[in-house]
Order: sequence, then structure tokens, then C-alpha cells
Amino acid sequence: MNQVAFERVDNDILLIRLAGRWQLSGGLAPSRAFERELQALPSVARVTFDAQDLSDWDSSILTFLATVSDVCRQRGVSVELDGLPAGIRQLLDLAQAVPERAGARQQVREASLLERVGGRAIGMAGSAAEMLSFLGDMTVTFVRLFGMKARYRASDLFLLIQQCGAQALPIVTLISFLVGVILAFVGAIQLKQFGAQIYVANLVGVAMMREMGAMMTAILMAGRTGAAFAAQLGTMKVTQEIDAFTTAGFSPLEFLVLPRTVALILMMPLLCLYSDFVGIVGGAAIGVGMLDLSWTTYIQQTMHAVRLTDIVGGVFKSAVYGVLIALAGCLRGLQSGNSSSAVGDAATSAVVTGIVAIIVACGIFAVVFYVLGL
Amino acid sequence: MRDLTMAYGSFVLMRDMSFTINHGDVFIVMGGSGSGKSTLLRHLIGLNEPARGDVFYQEQNFTRADPTQRQQILRRIGVTFQSGALWSAMTLAENIGLLLEEYTELSPAEIREVASLKLALVGLKGFEDYYPSQISGGMQKRAGLARAMALDPRILFFDEPSAGLDPISSRLLDELILDLRDSLGSTVVVVTHELASIFTIGSNSIFLDGETRTITASGPPKDLLAHSQDPKVRRFLTRGEKEKP
Repeated sequence: MNQVAFERVDNDILLIRLAGRWQLSGGLAPSRAFERELQALPSVARVTFDAQDLSDWDSSILTFLATVSDVCRQRGVSVELDGLPAGIRQLLDLAQAVPERAGARQQVREASLLERVGGRAIGMAGSAAEMLSFLGDMTVTFVRLFGMKARYRASDLFLLIQQCGAQALPIVTLISFLVGVILAFVGAIQLKQFGAQIYVANLVGVAMMREMGAMMTAILMAGRTGAAFAAQLGTMKVTQEIDAFTTAGFSPLEFLVLPRTVALILMMPLLCLYSDFVGIVGGAAIGVGMLDLSWTTYIQQTMHAVRLTDIVGGVFKSAVYGVLIALAGCLRGLQSGNSSSAVGDAATSAVVTGIVAIIVACGIFAVVFYVLGL
Repeated sequence: MRDLTMAYGSFVLMRDMSFTINHGDVFIVMGGSGSGKSTLLRHLIGLNEPARGDVFYQEQNFTRADPTQRQQILRRIGVTFQSGALWSAMTLAENIGLLLEEYTELSPAEIREVASLKLALVGLKGFEDYYPSQISGGMQKRAGLARAMALDPRILFFDEPSAGLDPISSRLLDELILDLRDSLGSTVVVVTHELASIFTIGSNSIFLDGETRTITASGPPKDLLAHSQDPKVRRFLTRGEKEKP
């Protein structure tokens, strides 16, 4: 157990006796008693120590002594460390070797509501400006692509096409099949009441072709590929690979963002068509299994219900969603900070930004298609 | 470099820095941790924009150059980053070859040959088809140097070349830097706080002081050790040893 006692050797000399075992596990000795002694009259000019009965010590005694030194320095009281063991003296010297740098200590202050709202607004304005600048740069990059001036590695593009296309098929198959099943199931329960179960094929076919195929594929790809893009670029930023591109005179937008965007623009329509097909198969499984429809009847009914404009509209939307997912992923990756947690945040932010952009675009498409009579 | 001020937002890191790097120098940028050495390097190679002042390459203003001029200047420099910064999706030969593909008319076979030569120069012959993740940190640094040398640059920049290396690898890298300077006739700029490297390879230097936020000493490192009156510079160059009376 740590023991500390105070004794006036002379009127203005305070002797601090340290004894016993000073261990962190036993808790820290409070410095209040020392401060009280220092305030007592007559005033203290010098502090000395006696550590003859000190048996064992660790950082707990150093913490106490550092506080004593700080208090004495603030009050102009001199401290004599001669009575302390050499090890303690050396460690105290080490702790005080480099003085605190002016302004290094962060001032923690509670910001007012107005300040926080203002700060958030300024942050959002900055973020919007960054996004616009990125979109402008990407527009220029696409113009260079169409002018055959953009520089990127074709092998990277093919690899990305494989990652965004073929490797996404299993998850797209599973989710699209289940979406078709769910749509058919919900429709079947309602339509059966009126003996109109054959229209389940219409419901599933039109919903998958116009909206759900493109939308579900896009949301899947935002979670799968958009997050991967952000994590890849974020990690490249942490490891200075993006800096290396810049100093080599290469545009990171052309070498990194362009192939990813092109890969998704090419693959999203194909994945969307595949999703449409699998969704219809899922609906047919319910139609055949639950509603006693034949496969032929179901497929014929679907072909009657679905128009070419539904298919083209869905495919067009999926290509646009592909652009949004790629840009959201790459933007968040390039904006990532230089730490592992920042890369995680970038991936999360890419998914959120991608899905929000998809939903907003979906709403805009709904209005535009309605106005155009499609 | 003329009147350069570096800042992050409103926080001024270093101000009013002016110095010249002569052709053929091994120029050391030294200073304590957090003094802004690596940030200065980022300003020199165009990764950060100065708050004020300009960076010149010969008579060309790099800071205010248009993108085409900047690209031309960047072709004349090579950078070895602290972490190596090799492009992780490419093999070592591809890392070097990408620059040659973009900036020369060489055939793929010739590019492969040049890449092998560059890797041989840094002691990595036979590692052409390895990915960065398959080699050690020291080898990654040397491969980064091979990539920086791909286009035979006039100026080579090194950010903390010895960081994370064992003493023998560190000495070998120092020797390599001197060999390259002598054989290629390049100018070398090294950001470091490794005293052994500073005295072995440095022909000229500046000392950045994080407290006054400016350059407090300049000259050959050995001269600074012998003659500098600045206590911070002396403490730095003697590893903080106390002066003998």
C-alpha cells in the first residue's frame, strides 16, 4: 500500500516521505493533500523527499511526483529530487526533457447549436462543390474517351468487367429469383380472390422488366461493387498508389475511375436482362406450383403483357444506375482519409450515396416515363 | 523554391521558405518528426499546392504551369514514396513497364527488357513477375526506386528511404543512391531524419524547424555539424547529446 506523509523540516521546507509499495493496481495517490500542505502557512519555498522506506514502485509514484513537480513549478516552489531513487529521478527527467509545445494541447469546447448548424452547412457546401468538380472532371474524361485520348489499361477494364459481370451472377440469380417469387406470391393471394390468378404473370413480368430487375440489380451492385470500388481506391490512397499515379503524370480518373465506370455501364444492362429473366422464372415457379398454371400459359401471358418499351426502359435505367454506382464508389474512395477506419467509412458512404442516387434517379425516371407516355 | 508557404486550411505549417537545389546535389531535407519534411516534398512534386510562393524547375514555374507543361516537368522527375507505393494490382515489371508504355515507343519485348534492367540495378533481378504483396518491405522500396528510375529522370525524390529498413539494407540503399547519382548524373532530393544517411550521402541540406515554422539552417550536413550555432540543429545532428565543456 502506498504511503505518503508531509513534514515541515524548516519553516519553508516541506519534506515528503514516501513509503510502502506504490503499484498502479493499488490506485493513484491523490495530490490534494500535497496542495493543501503547500497552501498552509508559512509558505513553502522548497520541497524535498525521503524515500528510504519505499519498497517497490511503478508508474503510480511517477504520476504523483510529476503532479507535485507541475504544481511546484506553477507556484515558483523549487523541488529537490535528491532523496528519490536514481531510477525515479531519471524517469522524471525524461518526462520533463521535452517541454510542452505551445498550442499543442487541443482546446475541447462545446460548440453552440448555431455553430454546429453553420459548420454542417459549410461542410455540405464543400462536399457539393467537390462532387460537382468530380462530375465535371469525369465529363471531361468521357469526352477524352470518345476522342480516343483517354489513357487506361485495357487489361484492367477486362478484369473489372469480369468482376462486375460474371462474378456477380450468383447473387443476382438468388435475389432476382426470390423477388420474382415474392411478387408472384403477393399477387397470387390478392388475384385469386377474383379468379384472376393468370394475371400474376402480367404483374411479375411488367414489374421485373420496368422497375424491379434494374432496381434490385442496382442495389445489389451498390452494396457489392460500389463498396468494393471505394475500398480499393481508399486503400490505394492510404498506400500512396494514387499519389504515384499523379507524379507519374497519369490521371487517376482515367486510370482508375474510367475503367470502373465503363465496366459497370457495360455490365449493368446485361445483369438487368438476366435479372428480369430469373425473376420471371421465379414468378412462374409460383404460378405453376401454387396456381396450377402451365409453364406455356404463364410464359405466353408474360409475353402478351410485356412491351418492348418496358424492356428497353429497364435496360436504359440499369445503365444509368451503373454510372451512379461507379461514380459514387470512386468519389468516396478518392475522398477517403488516410486510415483504415477512413477506408471503412468510405465504403459505407459509397453504398449510402449509391442507393440514394439510385432511388432519386428512379423517381425522376418514373415522372419522365409517365410524361413521355412510356 | 521561392517564398513558399505551406498550409492546411488556416494552419500554416511552414512559411517563407526559399532555397535552391543545385544540379548533382544529394539534397537532404531534415528536421524533427512533424516538422513538415514530407509535406515539403509533396509541394515539390505537385501533390500539394502552396498557400503562397512558387516552385521552379530550372527557370520553369512548376506551380503555375499549365497541365501540359506540368506533365513535361513530371516526366523529368522520379519519386520513391515512403511505403514504396507500388501499384498493387501490377507485377514489378508492369509497374515499371507502365511508364515506358506511356512515354516511349518501345515494343512490349523491349519494355520487358528495360524493366528487367531497372530491377537488376536495384538487386531484384528475377523478380519481374512478382506482385508487391509477395516481396518484403525493403524489396518494395527498391522496386519503387526501380520504377522511379524507369524514364531516367533528371531529379530523384526519396521520402524517408531508410524508414523501416534494417541497418545493412539502409546502408546499401544509401550506396545505391550515390551510385545512381554518379552514374545517371541525376540530382537527388532526400527527406529523412536518419543521421547516418544524412552524413553519408548528403552534399547539401536544409533544416526545418517545427516551432519557428521555417528553415533555420542550410548547407552541407557535415559543415552544419561542425559550425552551426543553432542549438536545435546541433541537438538534432548530435542526437541530442549534451555538449562537452
